[in-house]
Amino acid sequence: MIAAFVCVMSIAAFLELLVSYCRSILASSSKVELSARVREVAGIASHPLAADDFARLLQLVRLCPERGDDQTEIRAVGTYYGLLRVLGRAARPLIPGIATWTEQERQSCSYFAAVALDRRISYSRDLFTQQVADRL
Amino acid sequence: MLGPLDYALLLIGFLAEIYVVVCLLVRRQFARYIPLNVYMLCSAFVTFGLFFLVRRYGISSSTYVYFYYYSDSLLMILMFWVIIKLYQQVFDEMKVSKQIRGAAFILIAATALFSYGVVHQNRSNLTGHFVVELGQNLYFVGVVLTYLLWGSILKLRETRTRLIQLVLALGIYFSATAGTYALRNLFPALQPSLLKWVPPLFGMWLPLAWAYTFTRIPEDARLATARLMEKHQ
Repeated sequence: MIAAFVCVMSIAAFLELLVSYCRSILASSSKVELSARVREVAGIASHPLAADDFARLLQLVRLCPERGDDQTEIRAVGTYYGLLRVLGRAARPLIPGIATWTEQERQSCSYFAAVALDRRISYSRDLFTQQVADRL
Repeated sequence: MLGPLDYALLLIGFLAEIYVVVCLLVRRQFARYIPLNVYMLCSAFVTFGLFFLVRRYGISSSTYVYFYYYSDSLLMILMFWVIIKLYQQVFDEMKVSKQIRGAAFILIAATALFSYGVVHQNRSNLTGHFVVELGQNLYFVGVVLTYLLWGSILKLRETRTRLIQLVLALGIYFSATAGTYALRNLFPALQPSLLKWVPPLFGMWLPLAWAYTFTRIPEDARLATARLMEKHQ
């Protein structure tokens, strides 16, 4: 009886704290305005960012040179996104409310990936400018 | 016998623990997080000890088993010290350090007495099942304390990102470990195949998450906690 109580309470606390932890990582990018350049590159200039854009944005992020300081966050958010996708798929036929919530959370992950892409594009441009300046 | 994955988890955890201490030393913040540093150093020492004992006596030897469970209990007491320090940081402005210290002392004494009572009653039957039950209870106290601290952070609208992430990482560690102990109690058959991986994974999670926080989150970074609890950000 005690073990069942501890189990249920621990799993509930674990889920709530895990979501809050991942949101604390996502929060760093939620207030950043996306540039017109990244909207164009990512093909989201004419429509809002969707939850399913995450994988495509991540592929674009990987094409850019690494900044060296964002890998950990990208990996963590990628794991969170994967968990949300599994949860969303499992919950869709049973609890549509949870499926909607996971969709919104995945949208935040996509926004995070877009911000990461924006930063990497800026970094690439800076690198390019620096190389051109060095040659001159 | 331990496999390559077990050794990899031990090594990553050990390196992350050492990294946290070195990182805080280099940034001259060692004194600000003394309990956390002491915990990380002791945990690294225990990890090294476990490795040494496995190599020398084997994983099923009584030396290894005693060292594992005794060191786990000692680390839990150190972890309570870390939680007390985090409580003091959260309630810093309210000047209630004395009350927190008093409450913490009573709690630790009560936990020790409770554990002693249980051990005394079961001294003729100190089986693996009992050890699992005791571990489950101790970790659950950790879950309750960390969850109350998280509630206080939300209530007081604490904004220090570092503090928030340290507490959340700790809460994830405690709840995952307590849940695993409880599942082991409920379904012992799951232990060899699935549950045995959870404690080492989350043992590695805690120093890694703290290493991330101390490396990437500046001391003065701020975050509105209300944003973390919104239905949608």
